[in-house]
Amino acid sequence: MSIEEKEVEQPIHGLSVREVTKDFHRTKRTKLAENLHFYQRLRQFFKREKETIRAVDNISLEVGIGEIYGILGANGSGKSTLIRCISTLLLPDAGSIHVFGDNVVTESLKVRQVMNRVSVEASFFKRLSSTENLIYAARLYGISAEAAEKKAREILERLGFNAARMDEEMENLSRGMQQKVAIARALLTSPMLLLLDEPTTGLDPKSKRDVQAFIEDIRRERHAVIVLTTHDMAEAERLCDKIAIIDKGRFIAEGTVQELIARVPSLNGAPATLEDVFIALTGKDIGDEEE
Amino acid sequence: MLNLVRETVVSYAFIERNFNLLKRYLSWEILFFSYSIVNALTIGLIMVGRGSSDDVLYLVIGALIWGFLSIMMREVSDAITWERWEGTIEYTFMAPIHRITHLVGSCLFAILYGLLRTGLVLAIMPLFFGEHINLGRANWFTMAITVTVSSLSFIGIGLMAAIFPLLSPEKGQAATGIIQSLLLLISGIYYEIEVLPEWLQPLSWISPATYTLKSIRAAMLENASVESQAGNLFLLLIIGIVLIPLGFWVFHLGEKYAKRVGRLKRSG
Repeated sequence: MSIEEKEVEQPIHGLSVREVTKDFHRTKRTKLAENLHFYQRLRQFFKREKETIRAVDNISLEVGIGEIYGILGANGSGKSTLIRCISTLLLPDAGSIHVFGDNVVTESLKVRQVMNRVSVEASFFKRLSSTENLIYAARLYGISAEAAEKKAREILERLGFNAARMDEEMENLSRGMQQKVAIARALLTSPMLLLLDEPTTGLDPKSKRDVQAFIEDIRRERHAVIVLTTHDMAEAERLCDKIAIIDKGRFIAEGTVQELIARVPSLNGAPATLEDVFIALTGKDIGDEEE
Repeated sequence: MLNLVRETVVSYAFIERNFNLLKRYLSWEILFFSYSIVNALTIGLIMVGRGSSDDVLYLVIGALIWGFLSIMMREVSDAITWERWEGTIEYTFMAPIHRITHLVGSCLFAILYGLLRTGLVLAIMPLFFGEHINLGRANWFTMAITVTVSSLSFIGIGLMAAIFPLLSPEKGQAATGIIQSLLLLISGIYYEIEVLPEWLQPLSWISPATYTLKSIRAAMLENASVESQAGNLFLLLIIGIVLIPLGFWVFHLGEKYAKRVGRLKRSG
């Protein structure tokens, strides 16, 4: 089906998430009760009750081409699970996700061709060099070693990475440098949908600034669809066209920075900040962890 | 045709990556290689002074084929375990490649690496066993054909073994070891399958290692031609044709399960 044909059926968004839900099940270990016979204790020991944790709860969102969509939430609020559902690594239990009109479950190969992701953990073969890791990643997308090396060098230099260190083993590089290589890995493939899952968490201020400036450049130059999850209010405010606040797997607010701020009354005459909005809506600090 | 070329190029990514990792862990490779030599020596020496030179070679072939099988199974399973430890498996699974390309690439590396290491151990054996190991009468062509045809079946088994570390990197490797041990028991690695209890013997008929060993032993001990081993080779081919799609199907089910319950996350 061509893009034109699809447009007749439904408007094509870069990313369209509709009523997605994802549950995880884990074994619940109950404390052994006192005063039980041996066989009762044994039975209780092996009795495994399952509990269901709703990681993503009925989430819908739409991101247009050239937009950066931010998702703000505490640790464990469901941000990364949602990103994994979009990136075909988790199968949603309910709802649907479309990337440029293609369903991520039924047309996953097609979706994977236009998408890439940067996660909070850099995730590389630590004993291989940046070059070896990047060439491996590029080959999976049908890019030759020569082209990959040239492009990776360009991206890394723009990110302020010393290209002379490209042949060093990854385990010798700092966290900030590893994260820059992770960004280069994602951009080597020129993705139309870029999923940035806390790309600047744990980076030093200089590296953080380099990465944020680069994200702005990508938006300007490529008109890609970008989803950014973050803890950093200033980062969200600087980069995102639209922001959703996620709490216990649910979106509890969505809008532009101005729209969100307008939802909270100003404090002592000073205008509310995004952090005030987050605390007012979730009742917790962004650094808190959810159960 | 274009797709086939692209997928072949992509599967090379796994071979190249694994050889790069092998270079980085060279000191460990030397250690593992030394272990393979010691293992083959230990088994072969059982027959020195007790049996004929053919008996010594019989056991050494068993040790070498067992070593080859172990390397193959472990490398395929390790390819998944390693990626889960490093956290790269999510990126590999996100790449726009067919799973067949991913797994065939890993299996091809395992076969190449297994052949290289086993070949080196075989080349060293005459230094220790002297006249007991006479490689001059071996039919190398029959051996090469046997290894090539049997590799198909071993890829199928490797694919099924790779599902265990996908589900659990901690316990998965041990589960792969169980498959290896079963093959060791039923395939006549160090003894003829006729000595197995009768109820176990049917299992040895479906093990590709049984026919691989028979043909390799015939080629090395009796200079057997490819024609004389046609029966074994045909059976190996049939087992391979059944095991490869079966292996992919089993892996596909495992991948679907892992994506449903969230097992692809970094572990370790």
